[in-house]
Amino acid sequence: MDNLLSIVTFTPAIAAAILAVFLRGDDEAARNNARWLALIATTATFLVSLFILFQFDPADTGFQMVEEAEWIFGLTYKVGVDGISVLFVLLTTFIMPLTIAASWHVTERVKEYMIAFLVLETLMIGVFVALDLVLFYLFFEAGLIPMFLIIGIWGGKERIYAAFKFFLYTFLGSVLMLVAMVAMYVDAGTTDIAALLRHQFASETLDLWGLQIIGGAQTLMFLAFFASFAVKMPMWPVHTWLPDAHVQAPTAGSVVLAAILLKMGGYGFLRFSLPMFPVGADVIAPLILWLSAIAVVYTSLVALAQEDMKKLIAYSSVAHMGFVTMGIFAANQQGLDGAIFQMISHGFISGALFLCVGVIYDRMHTREIEAYGGLVNRMPAYAAVFMLFTMANVGLPGTSGFIGEFLTMMGAFQVNTWVTAVAATGVILSAAYALWLYRRVVLGDLIKASLKSISDMDRREKAIFAPFVVMTLLLGVYPALVTDIIGPSVAALVEGYDTALAQHDAASMVAAAEEAAQ
Amino acid sequence: MTAQDLALLTPEIVLAVYSIAALLGAVYTAKDALAPQITWATAAVFVGLAAWIATRGPGAEEAFGGLVVVDGFSRFAKAALLLSAAAVLAISQDYMTRRGLLRFEYPLLVALSVVGMMVMVSAGDLMSLYLGLELQSLALYVLAAFRRDSAKSTEAGLKYFILGALSSGLLLYGASLVYGYAGTTLFTGIFAAAGDGRAEIGLLIGLVLVASGLAFKVSAVPFHMWTPDVYEGAPTPVTAFLSTAPKIAAMALFARVLHDAFGGVVADWQQVVAVLALLSMFVGSIAAIGQTNIKRLMAYSSIAHMGYALMGLAAGTAFGVQAMLVYLAIYVAMSVGTFAFILSMERGGAPVVEIGALRMYARHQPGRAMAMLVLLFSLAGVPPFLGFFAKLYVLRAAYEGGLIWLAVGGVLASVIGAYYYLRIVYFMYFGEERGEPVEAGGGVVLWGALMASAAVMLVGIVNLFGIEGAAAAAATALVR
Repeated sequence: MDNLLSIVTFTPAIAAAILAVFLRGDDEAARNNARWLALIATTATFLVSLFILFQFDPADTGFQMVEEAEWIFGLTYKVGVDGISVLFVLLTTFIMPLTIAASWHVTERVKEYMIAFLVLETLMIGVFVALDLVLFYLFFEAGLIPMFLIIGIWGGKERIYAAFKFFLYTFLGSVLMLVAMVAMYVDAGTTDIAALLRHQFASETLDLWGLQIIGGAQTLMFLAFFASFAVKMPMWPVHTWLPDAHVQAPTAGSVVLAAILLKMGGYGFLRFSLPMFPVGADVIAPLILWLSAIAVVYTSLVALAQEDMKKLIAYSSVAHMGFVTMGIFAANQQGLDGAIFQMISHGFISGALFLCVGVIYDRMHTREIEAYGGLVNRMPAYAAVFMLFTMANVGLPGTSGFIGEFLTMMGAFQVNTWVTAVAATGVILSAAYALWLYRRVVLGDLIKASLKSISDMDRREKAIFAPFVVMTLLLGVYPALVTDIIGPSVAALVEGYDTALAQHDAASMVAAAEEAAQ
Repeated sequence: MTAQDLALLTPEIVLAVYSIAALLGAVYTAKDALAPQITWATAAVFVGLAAWIATRGPGAEEAFGGLVVVDGFSRFAKAALLLSAAAVLAISQDYMTRRGLLRFEYPLLVALSVVGMMVMVSAGDLMSLYLGLELQSLALYVLAAFRRDSAKSTEAGLKYFILGALSSGLLLYGASLVYGYAGTTLFTGIFAAAGDGRAEIGLLIGLVLVASGLAFKVSAVPFHMWTPDVYEGAPTPVTAFLSTAPKIAAMALFARVLHDAFGGVVADWQQVVAVLALLSMFVGSIAAIGQTNIKRLMAYSSIAHMGYALMGLAAGTAFGVQAMLVYLAIYVAMSVGTFAFILSMERGGAPVVEIGALRMYARHQPGRAMAMLVLLFSLAGVPPFLGFFAKLYVLRAAYEGGLIWLAVGGVLASVIGAYYYLRIVYFMYFGEERGEPVEAGGGVVLWGALMASAAVMLVGIVNLFGIEGAAAAAATALVR
């Protein structure tokens, strides 16, 4: 199949178009049709996307399954995957059918709901396969539209505030990236990402209104991209949109947000910031490492004080993303391996945790931790599942959470011991808030009258959780599943990064010597 | 005056003769009873002329000793403004008829102002420039006051007229200075007199005054004050017209004057245009936030959009002009759809313009709401819609022109602008139902225009319908 990636990318969008055009009426039958069509489309997408994995050759560090076509404005429609992006594509296609299945109880405007999620899936896959700068930006930004609607229409009480904050915050971050993209286009004369990866952007020190900018154009472009990805990630201190968006979004929206949308920031760092602006990255990296360490500790402390379950998990997501940025900007094999692994694993764990909240929210319609307690008495299966993901979130060895945190810290330790030491305390804090949450919600006696008749998970819910459980444990005991695929590409990235820095250092030494000679 | 000269002006002559003939014909026969037929006939004439102009071969020709220039640039602008005028006539017929406003003068005034616009974009001389500009403006003043028994409409017309006269005065004074220092009113002569590098100070003052007059016509800040009041007071179809064809004509004229007459002294006007662009983008975006009337909101929105178009012009390059033309074409396509939506907003047959009335519109009219959603995000410049590509074009033009600060300012303004477009989405989709819902009136034409416009925003990203190449050809014809 020559068009495998395009097929995977656009299948959900085609299903959405079919829904939009052909499905009429709003009775129960129509709703069921919408649900089933969405489920079938996302499942089919997942199955087809497995072929990507079969065809993928990990040893090849270039882009594979590339498709290219002419487009307007001197741009190209170009898609392809390499070791860094291929697993994100699969993560997306894996999560989406499960979120659709988890939304079975949505009764309001079902057709629009399914359309929004299907369109969102196309846009998310597009982000990871795009190999053209503008095509990437198009998918990256367009994803805001369905998410804005999902939060705004099907969200909680404060949904409008959350939706606007989400949209405007991330939009503001991204437009600066757009300017930098235009600058790259003008400088390199192409928007082809593969070509841009080979292009060397100017890194001579710039004098801007009397301000010496080390790393020059690279640093400026890096900062512009950073503005977008740091918000998307989100990094402390620009994370404040995330708790609002998470809390107000419907369960499936939270899952997609945590499991996939947050990964776009990390992916962007790996695809653009690090390989294209190595000198700029090197200049800013110490700052980012410290921001990451602060994020890990600070947001863990904030998580401790939360009374809303979703908010607690949202802050814990920010903390875990702190490990990711730490690993990425350690810029060595362990750090990058760990960062990608952490992103994949966090996709499963946080997605499952939000689903866990969703399960009891569906029954009790509250997310207050106070409202629960002693659930283990009536919901043993739920208690077991929640236990597993709590432990995985803490980073217990044997679960995938451990591998990612350990690798990122190992990578960062080689670069900056203090940052790693501070971040390591975050591991303890995460155990504190996660276990405390578990105790307050699940353990103890069942005293509250409202909980007396709560029922355990039904078969549908168990079926949704099963894949998450399998993946979390599988990756925990056999991480080579992931690292074998990403390893060669990461190694190539690190090598390119180091070479570029060495070249820059040599060039600046020569320049300094010439200056001294004069 | 030779036959060749006249042959070059065929479209203008045909349209002028048609207007007069139809006017006389209607006066001596059935008068207003013929108005719908005249409206459709005029739209058909527009489309026919646009097709005729678009299929003319490449190359530039002059008539009447350089007074009129027909080149790729004017052909592109004429085709675009004729088509948009035809679209506006099509969406206004039903609305005007049902409100008792469709008198036979309406389409013919539109036609006369289009003749003026066609002369404007073909102007090769300050005199023909002024001639076209005034013909256009006079027709527009009358159109703005078309609802004679409404105080607001009359006020709009009067305000437009007085401020328009002031701007014409500025422009004339500037033109006289330019003539005084250059010794000619021909653009080619001014180009030679201005020379390369720096222009004389007198010529410069003339240039700035002419630019001020033109900035008024495109409603760029700080010459924008008339726009919200006129947009609000004028009948909605006239508002739709004001925000489409005259904008193309005025921007095209702006580009022609700056490049044809002052193309050698780009550095002299670049800063002026860049500041106009920056102010328009920010003032348009910020002032729109507080609006409750959708027509006033569209007025500020058009101010902001003209800022982006000016950003392309400010680049001072052929690519900048190309970006401006593409931006205008896309903007006009969005505007027609948006106004088709606004025209369809009604309650019990009476038009509604309050944004708040759109609460939960999506529940009652999911299809139209979806189309409007596409248009709003496109207006805000959010990908994947065409509005994003329009912004990308002008951004690149500004960046290549060395105006990085303008590019950064433009994208920041677009974030502010996104807020008020999202507010409409919020009312349509998230709000709670209060009061009577807005109905969708206006029949199949408005529905079709809305849907077509939304579809264009989505499908257009495949190949931009080929306007990219046409705009490139037009721009190279203008910028030497």
